[in-house]
Amino acid sequence: MSYWFRNDNRLPQERLAAASYVIVGLITLLLFGFWKLQVIDSDKYGQLAERNRVRSIPIIAPRGRMLDRDGRVLVDNYPSFSVILLRDDMAAVDKSLPAIADGLGLSLDDLQDQLGNTKNLPKFQPIVIKPEATPADVAFIESHRADIPLLEMLMVHRRRYLPGGFMSHASGYVGEVSEQQIEASNGKLRPGDFGGKSGLERQYNDLLVGTDGMRRVIVNSVGKEVGRLTEQEPIPGKQIQLTIDYDLQQVAEAGLGDKKGAVIALNPQTGEVLAYASHPAPDPNDFAVRVSKEEWQRLNEDEGHPLLNRVTQAQLAPGSVFKIIMATAMLESRIPPENFTAFCPGYGVFYGQMHKCWVYGKSSHGSVNLHSALVRSCDVFFYNVGMHLGIDNISKYAKMLGLGAKTGIDLPSEESGLVPSEEWVQRVYHHKWYPGSTISVSIGQGSVMVTPLQIAYVVGGIASSGEYKQPHLLKDIQNVAEKRVELRENTVEQVTQGLYGVVNEAGGTGNSVKLQGIEFCGKSGTAQMMSYSAASRLGLGKGKNDGWFVGFAPRRNPEIVVAAVVEDTAEHGGTAAGPVVRDIVKAYYEKKDKKTHGQTTVEYKDKPIEVGESSEKKEKPAPKPANKPEEAAAVVAPTSAKKIREN
Amino acid sequence: MIKDAPGARDYDWWMLAIIAAICTLGLVEIYSTTHGSVLAGMHMRQIRWLVIGAVLMFVFSRLDYHLILDQAPILYIIGIAALTAVLLVGHTRFGAKRWIPILGEFLQVSELVKLIIIIVLARFFAEVRTDELSLQDLIKAGLLVGVPLVLILKQPDLGTALVLMPMLIVGAFLAGLQWKHAAVIVLMGVLMLPVAWHVLKPYQKERVTSFMHPEEDAKGSGYQVLQSKIAVGSGGFWGRGFGNGSQNQLGYIPVKYSDFIMSAWAEEQGFKGVLLALGLYMALLLRLVQNAQRAKDRAGMFLDMGVTAALGFHVLVNVAMVIGAMPVTGIPLPLMSYGGSATLFVFLAIGLVMNVRLRRFVN
Repeated sequence: MSYWFRNDNRLPQERLAAASYVIVGLITLLLFGFWKLQVIDSDKYGQLAERNRVRSIPIIAPRGRMLDRDGRVLVDNYPSFSVILLRDDMAAVDKSLPAIADGLGLSLDDLQDQLGNTKNLPKFQPIVIKPEATPADVAFIESHRADIPLLEMLMVHRRRYLPGGFMSHASGYVGEVSEQQIEASNGKLRPGDFGGKSGLERQYNDLLVGTDGMRRVIVNSVGKEVGRLTEQEPIPGKQIQLTIDYDLQQVAEAGLGDKKGAVIALNPQTGEVLAYASHPAPDPNDFAVRVSKEEWQRLNEDEGHPLLNRVTQAQLAPGSVFKIIMATAMLESRIPPENFTAFCPGYGVFYGQMHKCWVYGKSSHGSVNLHSALVRSCDVFFYNVGMHLGIDNISKYAKMLGLGAKTGIDLPSEESGLVPSEEWVQRVYHHKWYPGSTISVSIGQGSVMVTPLQIAYVVGGIASSGEYKQPHLLKDIQNVAEKRVELRENTVEQVTQGLYGVVNEAGGTGNSVKLQGIEFCGKSGTAQMMSYSAASRLGLGKGKNDGWFVGFAPRRNPEIVVAAVVEDTAEHGGTAAGPVVRDIVKAYYEKKDKKTHGQTTVEYKDKPIEVGESSEKKEKPAPKPANKPEEAAAVVAPTSAKKIREN
Repeated sequence: MIKDAPGARDYDWWMLAIIAAICTLGLVEIYSTTHGSVLAGMHMRQIRWLVIGAVLMFVFSRLDYHLILDQAPILYIIGIAALTAVLLVGHTRFGAKRWIPILGEFLQVSELVKLIIIIVLARFFAEVRTDELSLQDLIKAGLLVGVPLVLILKQPDLGTALVLMPMLIVGAFLAGLQWKHAAVIVLMGVLMLPVAWHVLKPYQKERVTSFMHPEEDAKGSGYQVLQSKIAVGSGGFWGRGFGNGSQNQLGYIPVKYSDFIMSAWAEEQGFKGVLLALGLYMALLLRLVQNAQRAKDRAGMFLDMGVTAALGFHVLVNVAMVIGAMPVTGIPLPLMSYGGSATLFVFLAIGLVMNVRLRRFVN
């Protein structure tokens, strides 16, 4: 054993002491490091830990349902699953994107586009990458929890509408909210959220939409759910009850059928919309998930314009329906006086131009007064009235009665129609009003344009002695706007008697839609789309018409007013649109009849007709004697009759 | 005043108490990180290692360290041979050839080599008779360390290889390292850095780059460090409580029972817990230095300070890694991290220190 290195006790005490200081110094430095992380930046790291651990998954609140006036469900929800992508870790998302696209059967380009579009949204907001998940998608997500911990399933509620586009223009539809809407919503909306895009869905979106809840789950480092934290329950959207009567709506839908057109039924005393149909109608169930670009393009380019909400947006020439306004204007202004009569030889010459009556070439009306002119829809009489009134008077009364302005119905994008005036022509066309144009306007042609809703609203208002109620679809709407137009009793009486005659007198243009036991009044209109001669030149033989009918019952203070228009028909308004209106009014009374039968016997004191007592009907009071029977013959073949249109 | 058989009271009971305290913290946290997982029961295995280590420590301390130093050349040759053997026939685990099976367990040869180098360096520096360390001796010492260092790097085990450096530096420093030599070595070291970069394995380079730019490597070692920092930071001052650290319990902290055990401890026990743990380590290290100061001879002092350098370096590098102040190197935290070989090394090293202490008054 060598001892030569022993017993050497010269220890470098200074350097050993230095080593101690180094130890103290380094440990102190480390403690500073911990102090910074654990005390100074503690909150920041606490949040990071929380974000690691807690995954927030929204619980989608169901949208409120829509019920009809009797509580029957019109628009409902059904549960469905969406695949959402968590984007907290963009690097991981980029890496896994091809695998995700492959696994879910999505196009990688589309996914990348979608990610690009949502780049500016907060990273913690997941995005919906596949709205309708299949069982295979679920299996894919579950089996790849560990290697692709970026996907989650989200239960959503999809809208279910009645099939076949039933009432679809009133209900509207929902769709994914746009990026602009998301940005404007102050964080309330997320990508993949649904919002009302049109109709009532859009109008009452704020009511229908609920507040989404939030499920906060604890996930481990491989994305597996290991526990749950507080759950914030979703608040479902409010259910809304509509004024729509499902039974009447069915009649309206069936009445229009394949025809292009619109029907609106109102209760003028309350403003409640009882039926609302516009055909052709898209099926909003097709949009309930995600509407493809092609489908959207097809709908937009369809010649039938299925996306056009004809009730409030179709601006059409009213044709003879406008004579109701003319008659009211004449009686109110007394220009010409009430007892004015005109002779109709089948045409009239005004301002050097010949204007035909619709019976031209087949018959003539002879001497007509206001009543017979309304009943038989004599154009020549109203040409004369229009000439006496002048365009500014016509315009004044038409506007006063509610045309040329929105009715204020609780639907988006209502059109206001057009009531021409001297001022309007000057402003838009920069020329003076041609007096000849007044003649066309007198029979609802020319540049006057109305929506079906306006016609129902205005006619309902006149028959209610100038009491107008804002049309609405929401049963519990607050503040129904009212409008009072001062109409003299005589005016209302005479006009409604005329309209009663249209349906109930022999020779009335609406005689074919007479209803037994109901004081059903109305007026037909046939607005010509193309002049007869132009149609002949094009080899169409017949011109295409917009056939109108507006009807109401009872005669004074009606409970129901229905306006219908059938576009591009070869038929007369009375035959094309008349039956649609009649069937609704009939259904309305049949239903009312059943109800009253089920309850108590109701006495109809102040009503001339006993409604609901079909067994012992009284004779209808005929306010005016029936017109000459030979004039009725003109009504038999109305399809060939044309009105003149002047532009 | 000859005292051939040192008594029980000559042991450094304070140091043993500190060690016992640190081991307790380690066991508590190993339990917390592994209970309720597939690794449950790991704390029991660690207790077994601690018991074996303690027994070895006492056995080792009975043997006069001069006898051990006498065998330094043979130990050195055994160490080099073992390192070579492990490269040829060693067992590969976690992508590195570091393990040989002994007594049914896989042991890391490099842990044993660390101990041998402490002994060899102590012997070498004790034989240096001059007050100042000559350049010649410095180079010799460097070569003594260089050979096993290269072999360990081959495994590859950068962490353990690095531990040899502070042993050499501390030894040289205490042996009278001249400032000019120190300056030249530092300068050379800086110049060698680009060369060293080329020698690094890809995963080692990745660790360094991700240390420099952690955000570029979200799921690799940058992710590990970030998660560790989140764990430490979210612990706050008071900690989230035993078994309540979400980073720990939900598996966000990498190898939380071993290399990153301080991260889990810091999360659950907070800054106060860190203060306790680092305080204990500081006490242990200072106590080691004190033992060196009271060593009977230079050889004993060099042994003590070799152990101090190794343990101190472990603590520094491991804890700095946990708070993101140093790259990930895979160096465990002595006595707290789970691990057989590492635990045995620490106890054997402490055994050496006790050995020196017990013979303070002999002769």
